[in-house]
Amino acid sequence: MSDFTEFFSFTDANVRFVAIGSVLLASSSAVVGCFTLLRKRALVGDAVAHAVLPGVCLAFMLSGTKNPLVLLLGAFITGWLSLIVIDFITSRSRIKEDTAIGLVLSVFFGIGILLLTSIQHSGNAAQSGLDKFLFGNAAALIGEDLIVFSVVALLLLVCTVVFYKELMLLCFDEAYARTIGYPVRALELLLTTLTVFAVVVGIQAVGVVLMAAMLITPAAAARFWTENLRLMLVLAALMGAFSGLAGAYVSYTAPSMPTGPWIVLIISMIAISSFAFAPGKGWVSRIWKQRRNKARVLEENLLKLMYQLGEPNQDYYSSRNVTDIMERRQIPKSEISKGLRKLKREGYVVKDKNAWVLTRQGQTRGMRVVRLHRLWELYLTQFLELASDHVHEDAETIEHIITPELEQKLMQELQYPVLDPHNNKIP
Amino acid sequence: MNAFWIILTGSLVATCCSLLGCYLILRRMAMVGDAVSHAVLPGIVIAFLVTGSRDSVPMLIGAGLLGVLTTFLIEFFHRVARVQTDASIGVTFTWLFAIGIILISMFAGQIDLDQDCVLYGEIAYTPIDLWISEDGWILGPRAVWTVGSVAVVVILFIYLGYKELYLTAFDAAYAASIGISTSLWYYLLMSAVSLTTVASFESVGAILVVAFLVAPPATAYLLTDNFKTMLLLSVVIGVVASAAGYFLAVWLDGSIAGAIATVTGLEFLLAFLFSPSRGIWMNRRKLVPSPIN
Repeated sequence: MSDFTEFFSFTDANVRFVAIGSVLLASSSAVVGCFTLLRKRALVGDAVAHAVLPGVCLAFMLSGTKNPLVLLLGAFITGWLSLIVIDFITSRSRIKEDTAIGLVLSVFFGIGILLLTSIQHSGNAAQSGLDKFLFGNAAALIGEDLIVFSVVALLLLVCTVVFYKELMLLCFDEAYARTIGYPVRALELLLTTLTVFAVVVGIQAVGVVLMAAMLITPAAAARFWTENLRLMLVLAALMGAFSGLAGAYVSYTAPSMPTGPWIVLIISMIAISSFAFAPGKGWVSRIWKQRRNKARVLEENLLKLMYQLGEPNQDYYSSRNVTDIMERRQIPKSEISKGLRKLKREGYVVKDKNAWVLTRQGQTRGMRVVRLHRLWELYLTQFLELASDHVHEDAETIEHIITPELEQKLMQELQYPVLDPHNNKIP
Repeated sequence: MNAFWIILTGSLVATCCSLLGCYLILRRMAMVGDAVSHAVLPGIVIAFLVTGSRDSVPMLIGAGLLGVLTTFLIEFFHRVARVQTDASIGVTFTWLFAIGIILISMFAGQIDLDQDCVLYGEIAYTPIDLWISEDGWILGPRAVWTVGSVAVVVILFIYLGYKELYLTAFDAAYAASIGISTSLWYYLLMSAVSLTTVASFESVGAILVVAFLVAPPATAYLLTDNFKTMLLLSVVIGVVASAAGYFLAVWLDGSIAGAIATVTGLEFLLAFLFSPSRGIWMNRRKLVPSPIN
């Protein structure tokens, strides 16, 4: 039992480092990730993550020490080089960007593995643990790492704030940025450098493969919640921070659980739920909106049909059967009943034994739809000179969309007309 | 003899990957291969947990299913949820890979697997794992048989579906108009990629699979404009890399998979600089203006 307490008092002291480190890493890489995502180059993070391996190995071979700063420097150099090579290949040959990324990623990593295994087989005792750099181990973060992380996170944040406008322009309209004299090339280099910083530092916590997620996933999730870049950056950072904290917590309660993969799992779940449920852009909310529109169109069509049934005798308040409506228009019976039930709940119709009667409210709304339909038909024939037998289909759609302001304008343009092109009265 | 088996295994993997890679890079989906090769991890772990053995067949099935699921998810996020393509690839494969590692940590006691072996499997052990029939005949390394049969399947697939694969890669709209189902052939191609990835991961590791999927086709793409030539060239380039990589690895006493990937990179560099039609060295010489008389 004392082992248990000892173990946990040890981790407890350590867990602060882990938690703060994870939060710093996740949020700062999320901010940089937003820019690479918006430049449609999300996967370069993956290439950089793989390309740091040869740098780490070379730094070790040349210096003979495992000093983290030396290794970081090596990692930074090859990581940066990989992005330059990707740019060079895509600009100087017909190789496409995705191919260049895959090529650089696998070749750099292959060279790294060759060097790493070569070092391991050389019998140099100092090398043990070099590969830990690759697979990342957030649970092993110590105070010194934390200082490096904080410095890098601060640097990334300050750069983003200072160069916010320039970077934004680079993401959204590179050509314009060039015309108004921004040093586009230098800005690209700045963004490249920031990306490499984020990756090199982040790898130690989550490992090579998952580093891509730290850049892409929070940004992709935040993109679904807002159209505003400032807000997107803040959201991505918050999502990153939350998952960093949650990942550290999971590996604290279950020490066999790796921190990095949990961070990625949590941020992925946030992203996938954002894809589905974010208001406006999310998949579910889009389906829901479509459904609501469809229901509204059905309702308005039913009211319109019931109004039209009353038109010949100017008798809008007699009861109508479902079959009466079906005679005028082919709508499946089940849909008609469903629509009518909904209209009843909303007070546009009332049920009278087996038939339905428009209320005053229903008559007004039905009249408005008919009126918009006929106004539009008239507008098309008069202003676009379409034949009068061609305008019905178009009016069928637009009648559900026209706003009262637009209606007013149409009336003015058409000089308050009385008859539509089919010589029906415009109510 | 060991050298022979290792180079043979490498060449077989190179053949499958390079052939399929030609289609991937033309469809601008090179990174899908990378994604699939990482995302199969949970499939392998689950197959391992269910069957309790490192037997190839269940692993092939588990990982193959995950590979197809990955491509499906990428398409789903892109088409239905309208996530931009690169982000949808990145989110999908890291998510699945994270699940795979978490599964491994959960059942650490029961699984003799770790992420290193997925990332850089050890081709040097191939000759040790022999397939011995019940009568005691030694039939050669098991990996050669696995990868060899996948190579036969891939070559048959490309031979039989050549027209459809070609058309859906180059002109999807035309292919659809003459009645070829683009999504069917997309998923068939992706199944072949998953199958290849999974069959090769144990012997060569994911990173070499990605290198073979991208580098030889990209090199061949710089050397020719004819698609059939490109297919053949990329196979030759892959096979040469396998042999040269083996000797490089022996010389440096390092990982064979890493060395082969390095050689594919060198080959690309050579083509990039010196390709007769598209090398930047050749183009520079062409740009020198001829003296005016």
